Amino acid sequence: MATVELTFSALPAHVRTARLVATAIARRTGVEESLLDEVRLAVGEACSRAVEVHRAHCPGEPIRIELRDDSGRFEVTVSDHAPSDEIKPEQPLDLGMLSDSFMSGFGIAVIEGLADDVEVFPGPKGTNIRMSWPAANGV
Amino acid sequence: MDLKLDHRTEDRLTIVEVEGEIDVYTAPRLRELLIDLVNKGNFHLLVNMEKVDFLDSTGLGVLVGGLKRVRAHDGSLELVCTQERILKIFRITGLTKVFGIYASVDEAKEAHGKDK
Repeated sequence: MATVELTFSALPAHVRTARLVATAIARRTGVEESLLDEVRLAVGEACSRAVEVHRAHCPGEPIRIELRDDSGRFEVTVSDHAPSDEIKPEQPLDLGMLSDSFMSGFGIAVIEGLADDVEVFPGPKGTNIRMSWPAANGV
Repeated sequence: MDLKLDHRTEDRLTIVEVEGEIDVYTAPRLRELLIDLVNKGNFHLLVNMEKVDFLDSTGLGVLVGGLKRVRAHDGSLELVCTQERILKIFRITGLTKVFGIYASVDEAKEAHGKDK
């Protein structure tokens, strides 16, 4: 059973709130202090990506986050309802190809560089990004 | 924490002071400032990130966009940053090879002076 579930409308202003909630629960779950910045950034990246794809495809649909503390790990799943054909495999850096508006591929790359364990489940009805870190104790 | 932005010009270098969190909500304000500075003929920008608490890929995108704009005018966009948690995201994305990153404004100004 999820420890905490959070849904929020696809507005950039709510991403900070989601980051703060995830970081607070990670701390309470016993994630090491040195990893909390990584949790904050990875959850923020996943939520930012979800907000951007929802604004493009389904702005009225909420974004969902589940935060769990199963089996000695702190696990976060961010779920969106937008078609996920925008996730592309990592490609060599090319400044000319980079956009300053939406860098979804970068967001996923950052999450993969930060989280101890990451799985991305893309699908036609949405994407689930599940990430986890070691945790010392349950909530 | 919200985002605070300020800027000043010293010699040919425009120093942009950034304080707070650069994310999907606040990054558009930084983007607007960088575009405005370039439109007004400021092509050598130094962004001081020492008081930035949080930076995500949206913020990186804005910095990359600024770099593309100044390079179109043979300009430069360099950074001041010593915070490990901020530098980490530049390393993960490979952008340490794209931006000049200095430990202080003075160090950047000295390096910029040598390039003149």
